[in-house]
Formats: sequence, C-alpha cells, structure tokens
Amino acid sequence: MTSTPLLEVKDLCVAYGKVEALHHANLKVAPGQIVTVIGPNGAGKTTMLCAIMGLLPKSSGEVSFLGRSEDGAAVEHMVGLGMNLVPEKRELFGEMSVEDNLLLGAFVNYRRGARDHGETMGRVFDIFPRLKERRAQQAGTLSGGERQMLAVGRALMAKPKLLLLDEPSLGLAPLVVKEIFRIISELKRTGVGILLVEQNARAALQIADYGYVLETGEMALEGPTKILAGDPRVIESYLGLGTCGVRV
Amino acid sequence: MDLQITLLLGQDGITNGAIYALLSLALVLVFTVTRVIFIPQGEFVAYGALTLASFQAGKTPGTLWLLAGAGILVALIDLKIALAAGARQRIARILLWNLGYPAAITVLIFLGKPEGWPLAAQVLLSLALVVPLGPMVYRLAFQPAAEASVLVLLIISVAVHLALVGLGLLFFGAEGSRTPSFSDAALQLGSITVSGQTLWVLGSSLLLIAALYQFFGRTIYGKALRATAINRTGARLMGISTVMAGKLSFLLAAAIGAFSGILIAPITTIYYDTGFLIGLKGFVAAIIGGLASYPVAAAGALLVGLLEAYSSFWASAFKEVIVFTLIIPVLLWRSLTTHHVEEEE
Repeated sequence: MTSTPLLEVKDLCVAYGKVEALHHANLKVAPGQIVTVIGPNGAGKTTMLCAIMGLLPKSSGEVSFLGRSEDGAAVEHMVGLGMNLVPEKRELFGEMSVEDNLLLGAFVNYRRGARDHGETMGRVFDIFPRLKERRAQQAGTLSGGERQMLAVGRALMAKPKLLLLDEPSLGLAPLVVKEIFRIISELKRTGVGILLVEQNARAALQIADYGYVLETGEMALEGPTKILAGDPRVIESYLGLGTCGVRV
Repeated sequence: MDLQITLLLGQDGITNGAIYALLSLALVLVFTVTRVIFIPQGEFVAYGALTLASFQAGKTPGTLWLLAGAGILVALIDLKIALAAGARQRIARILLWNLGYPAAITVLIFLGKPEGWPLAAQVLLSLALVVPLGPMVYRLAFQPAAEASVLVLLIISVAVHLALVGLGLLFFGAEGSRTPSFSDAALQLGSITVSGQTLWVLGSSLLLIAALYQFFGRTIYGKALRATAINRTGARLMGISTVMAGKLSFLLAAAIGAFSGILIAPITTIYYDTGFLIGLKGFVAAIIGGLASYPVAAAGALLVGLLEAYSSFWASAFKEVIVFTLIIPVLLWRSLTTHHVEEEE
C-alpha cells in the first residue's frame, strides 16, 4: 500500500463495560481497494465496524479517515465525511417505500445543497435493476436479498468514499450471495474503498485484495488475500477443508 | 334536547375536536421522533394566545424575555461545545439564531408598536416570538438526555411543564385574556348559525393537517423525521442527526401549539394554565392513536371534542371526568389487542 490510506485504524480497543471486545486492532483501507476482515461469530467484527463508524465509543486507539484523526466523532459526522456503514441488521425504514429509503440515503448531500439525487438513484437502479422494479413497494415487504440490495443501494446514494459492509451474505441464499459479491467487486472499480466484514470467508477472500483474520478480539493474521487463502490456518479454520474434509 | 341544541353542541365539539386533533398530531410527532411525551405542549397554546393578547393590549409580552434568556443560555452552551471541538465555522450560526434573532424581535416590538398592526401581522409576530422557544426547550432540557429512557424523558417533560406554567403566571398574571374574532362573518346553515371563528378554526386545522401531510409525504426533511421515528439507528447512519430531528419536531410542535392557542383565543378565555387541560385532551386523542397513528389520533380528537360538548350539556359537572375516563377503556382495549414489545435500548 503506497498511496495514503482512506482509513487507518491504529491500536483500536473497544470495551463493553469491563469486558474488552476488541484489543489493539490495526488496519488500513486504500481507495479502490477491498479489504476483508474474516473471523468466527463473536470475534468482535461488528464491534470494530461500529467503533470506526462512531456508533460505539472506543476505549483507546485512533481512527483516521482521509488522513485526519477523527476522535470521538459522531456517526452523523462520519457520514458527512463520506463513510457509510451497511449494518448487519440492514436498519431499513420498513414502512417507507424503496424509493424513499434510497432518497434518504442522499440526505447528507441534499442538506449541503446537492440536488443530483435523481441521477444517483438512476445509477443505483442500474446496479440493482430489481430495486427499480420494486421502487414503490414498502421496504419491509422485500425478500432478504432485496433488502440487502436496498441497504447497499441506500448507502451508495450518499456517494461514499468508504463503504463498510457488515456481513452482507448473512441469511441469504447461495445464489443471492454470489450476486451481491459480484456487485461488491464491481463497486471497487468506481474507486470506492470497501471494508468487508464476513463470516463467509471463502466468498470474501475471493473478491478482496487484502485480508485480516480477527479471532476473539485480536487480529490473528493478515496479508494479501492470495497468500491468506493459502495459509494452512485459514484453510483449516475458515475454508472448511480441515481434517474432516467437510465443506462448511 | 332538541335538534337545534344537538347541532350547536356538535358544532362546539367539532371545533374543539379540530384543535385537539392538531395538538394530538404534534404529540404523536414529538413522541415518535424523540420518545418524549410532550406535556408542555399546552403551555405553547397558552403562550401563543397570551402573547397575541399582550400585543393587542399594547403590552410587551413576558415571553420575549424568555426567548432572550433561553437564547443566551443556548448560545453559551453551544459556543462552549463548538470552541472545545475547534469548529469555528459554527460560531456565526449559533450567534445569529440564539442572540441575533431574539434581538431582532425585540427591536421590532419596541420600535414597531405592534398594538396598531393588523391582526394577521400580530399573529405572525406572536408565532415568530413563541415558536423558536420549541427548539430551544429541546436544546436545553431534552438534548442532553436524548438517549435516556422514556420514563426519564417524561420526568423532564413534567419539570419543563411546571417551569413554563410558573413562568406563564409571572409573564401574564392570573387574569385571563380573550382576543377579538378573526372575522365577524357568520354562516347561516338552516336553523343554526356557524360563527366566523368556528370556520376559521376548522379551515385552518384542515389546511394545517393537509400541509403536514404534504410535508411528511413529499419533502426530504419530512421523510427524514419519519425515518427517525421508524428506525433511529438507520436514520443516524444516513447522517440524519437525532439532534436535528429533535429540534425540527419541537419546532413543528411549538408552531402547532402556539397557532392552536391563537385560533381558540377568540372562543374561550385563556389563562396562563389553560393550556395544560387542552393539551391533556390532545393527549387522550394521541393515546387513542397509540402515540403512533396520525389518522387514528385525529379521529380520536374529534371523539374527545364531541364527547366533551355533549357531556357538558348532560352532566356539565362531570365534563372533564367523562373525557379523561375515556382513556381507561382505550388503554384496556390497547393492552388486550397489542402484544407487549420491550423497549429497545
């Protein structure tokens, strides 16, 4: 990584009360790069994303975005800077239409005076034609895959510089997962940086450039995904080709 | 009771019901966006009416000093925060809205001599004076505790209500005021006469409800408020700040409250503490709507208005008891039909 990183996390620690959920995590994301953090359930992946985003207070460490240290900044501030989180729970506005959900994704830019949300929505519809078909439907009535598409599309409406994706494959059928991951790898070409947190290590390592393995709150391994995918520890624990030979 | 009395009482009930409908909408809005049960809503009704009455009597309303005082407090707090965060670009805005605006209103009142103004201008000035108190109250009393539980917010709400009632007594004294009717025209409908003020109340309420409907359905800020009510975390992730949503909903609630007060001031004598009872009836209607549904709350408000009008004829001593007892079967019905959802933290 030679260019200035979009996001740089140094020694980040997060605690719930006295229980530390994340110990001294370090990571970097460059523009146009997909970085993945894989690890088992409860390893602290979501905690890390929430702390980067400002949804959770950090106990120590530093989060720099666009070369500036953002200490104790609130979510709204980070969104304003161009960082968007697609949360694990999607957090859609269930009783509002697909179109209104997307429109609200552009709220920050609208508030600053930008009026190009119509064009941006057109581009999001190009990426997710399914959303265009369902534009008048209530978000709460969408299928799981469509909800995930809407969550990603809504985040794209803000024209983010960095997209944080929390378990985009969670609860989706394998074909839908494939489709979502294809779209994520295409997004990379638009220059947006992506930090992808996944339990589905196989899919994540396939599209990412660089990877980290987070285990019980600590970064256990890191490296370019090609090397990481060949690491025996990763193969055994996450790619499911262990001694049993059972694919997970 | 003959037909004529039935119709007259019905007219009364619908007029009051329209006001309760406006207030119940404001209560639902504030509750869904901020989780605050807005007890001080009634004080905005009284402040609106009494500020207008003060202008007409050629007096300077005490609410002006409240606006100035609250503005100074908000400015001091926000300046301290802005300076600590090194956000110098915010300073001009803070000074303009919290010190500049009250100063401009003060100058306007002292140099403009509003007692000679036409009624419409006096109404606008009263709104310009009272409405900004809404977001200021949010900033001072509720924003520091925005993440607290509904119960804590309710306790703050009661405290704010008591403080504002006390200030109302200080500003306007214990005597009530009545303002002249918006128009003397009256409509003859068969055997009954509908007064011009009744038409004003109904027309403005319908217009305001239609405007609110457009605001929530068509504008991005209205949608942002709905989004905050539906999913706070989701809204924050879109950069819709909880503070902005809170201030905006309090602004709307204060505007609805003050305008309602101005609408009914020609019909009933308003005292410094009248607003509380009016606000509570709006609250009964909001409860009928489960503090969530706008149309059900509005329908409930009409029911409250009619019930009040007819019970004042049949059992006038028990008028209030009957209206407030309505809440018991409603709560029973609600607790039996909806299943309990734990408050998410």
